Amino acid sequence: MNIIKTQPKSITTESTKYCPGCGHGIVLRLIGEIIDELGIREKMILTAPVGCAVVLYDYMLCDVVECAHGRAPAVATALKRVHPDKFILVYQGDGDLAAIGTAEIIHAANRGENLSVIFVNNAIYGMTGGQMAPTTLIGQKTTTSPSGRTAKGMGKPIRVCELLTTLEETKYLERTTVHSVRNINKTKAAIKKVFQNQMNGVGFSMVEILSMCPVGWKVSPTESLQFIEEQMISYFPPGVYKDTD
Amino acid sequence: MAENNIGSDSKRVLLKGNEAVGEAAIKAGCQCYFAYPITPQTETPEYLSRRMETENRVFLQAESEVAAINMVFGAAAAGARVMTSSSSPGISLKQEGISYIAGAELPCVIINVVRGGPGLGNIEASQADYFQTTRGGGHGDYRCIALAPNSVQECYDMTMNAFDLADYYRMPVFIQSDGIIGQLVEPFEMHPYKPMFEKLPPKTWALTGCAGRKPNVVRTLYMTPADGLEQLNRKLEQKYKKIQSELRWFENYNCDGADLIIIAYGATSRIAKSAIKKHNGNGKKVGLFRPRTIWPWPDVELVEIAKKNKNVKFLVIEMSMGQMLEDVQLALMDIVLKKDILFYGMGGGWNPTPESIYDKISETLKK
Repeated sequence: MNIIKTQPKSITTESTKYCPGCGHGIVLRLIGEIIDELGIREKMILTAPVGCAVVLYDYMLCDVVECAHGRAPAVATALKRVHPDKFILVYQGDGDLAAIGTAEIIHAANRGENLSVIFVNNAIYGMTGGQMAPTTLIGQKTTTSPSGRTAKGMGKPIRVCELLTTLEETKYLERTTVHSVRNINKTKAAIKKVFQNQMNGVGFSMVEILSMCPVGWKVSPTESLQFIEEQMISYFPPGVYKDTD
Repeated sequence: MAENNIGSDSKRVLLKGNEAVGEAAIKAGCQCYFAYPITPQTETPEYLSRRMETENRVFLQAESEVAAINMVFGAAAAGARVMTSSSSPGISLKQEGISYIAGAELPCVIINVVRGGPGLGNIEASQADYFQTTRGGGHGDYRCIALAPNSVQECYDMTMNAFDLADYYRMPVFIQSDGIIGQLVEPFEMHPYKPMFEKLPPKTWALTGCAGRKPNVVRTLYMTPADGLEQLNRKLEQKYKKIQSELRWFENYNCDGADLIIIAYGATSRIAKSAIKKHNGNGKKVGLFRPRTIWPWPDVELVEIAKKNKNVKFLVIEMSMGQMLEDVQLALMDIVLKKDILFYGMGGGWNPTPESIYDKISETLKK
């Protein structure tokens, strides 16, 4: 029997705190695999955001800094300026990056900071129990948009990849999803790309990952996969938005 | 510990208080500086934009005060000596980050060149941020060391000291300046960096990549009581008590045998001293007690003085509606009647003149 997958060395054996069907575990696993493949665990400094991903230091065997809500790109900017030879990974959710932290992500991108950003977009505030996020879809019901989000008064969901393409110092922007094996593989390739860009000094690189939050969406894990396929992808089309390489 | 002394290879130079702060940071080995423009502190980022570049260190004008303090958080977590500067409304914005820095026990230096408030207030000198600085400022149970210079020399010396204290105690250290001290141009001795401590604790907690060691985590979240929030707060409490016993800086000018003791810090103390010099010789004796640390507050020393001087009155002078006044009342509550602690101050970005203080002294001594 051939062993084709093992526990990444960069990942702890801590049992997961994530809800059944959550996408964070998949994304963190992919990051762990890539850290192992690139052999950079001892050069990594990760930022943990506010939101469900805050506990990532329980799972990742790397140096981690826990950031205030939305501020990871500012914290990471300083980490990279102090340690240009280290590898700085910015991990943020949609409330963190696209609401409270819009200034920090836009200006880090605009300065062309040589950072790798993982933006997990699940269209909801997961940790606080399913409130409307900046990326919540029109018509989507949440605990703070009980009749469904409307463009009038609440605005339309923010498309972050598209927004950042206008900034000339951004170097790589891609949107992927983790709702199927094929897409998980594509996501892994995208994460690897943004890692390699930082190693090669390319500059600001981000992958936006559409991810499931069945508990926040109040659907089953299976239905959450369908939600991405049938609802999210049409508004947030996956693809490479910028590649200046 | 000893404060910086003037060395033989120092030179006499003319700079603004805000610029002296910048040069002291350079001399103390500040590796990173992040800030956002605001009057009356903008000379510091302007000065450091040039100096940090020539020294090949990190200068970054942030998109906001919020971003700037989070950059300070990141650089401190990475193990660098780091500073930011601002003025009152900007410090309010930084309070979120300062709470995280205090909670994560990271060292950094924060300059507050205080201006009038609340809100936008005005750009004149003020001391109305006393509460904000000495009571923690952001959310949670924490304190920050706060040094209060009253000259360009002290802006320079205390900024150097602030880096050492921050590293020694692992916490944010404030320089609480004001619109007068920051803008003041006067000659001072620019001496080389002289460390306060022979040895500083190694930054074994810093984020440098986990080569050859277990991963370090810089955090402030402790979700369960067993997880450690209670322990963290108890540890911080012990640290703050230690600092209160070790770090009470003050100046005693003429207090022994005085009939009236003025208590003032920063720019106000300079003006008060002029008035006292003019007054003394007119019979009754007036002294000045000047806290040079406003947290911790030199309460033990004031009590000693108060015990020695029978029937002495106290006059607290502040460029605010009375904030340090509460610390004076707390310090003296067991030995001086509240009615013998008088207050002279105004809001609105006002400063007293030697004449107005002189009149106030005469009026108080007549009572």
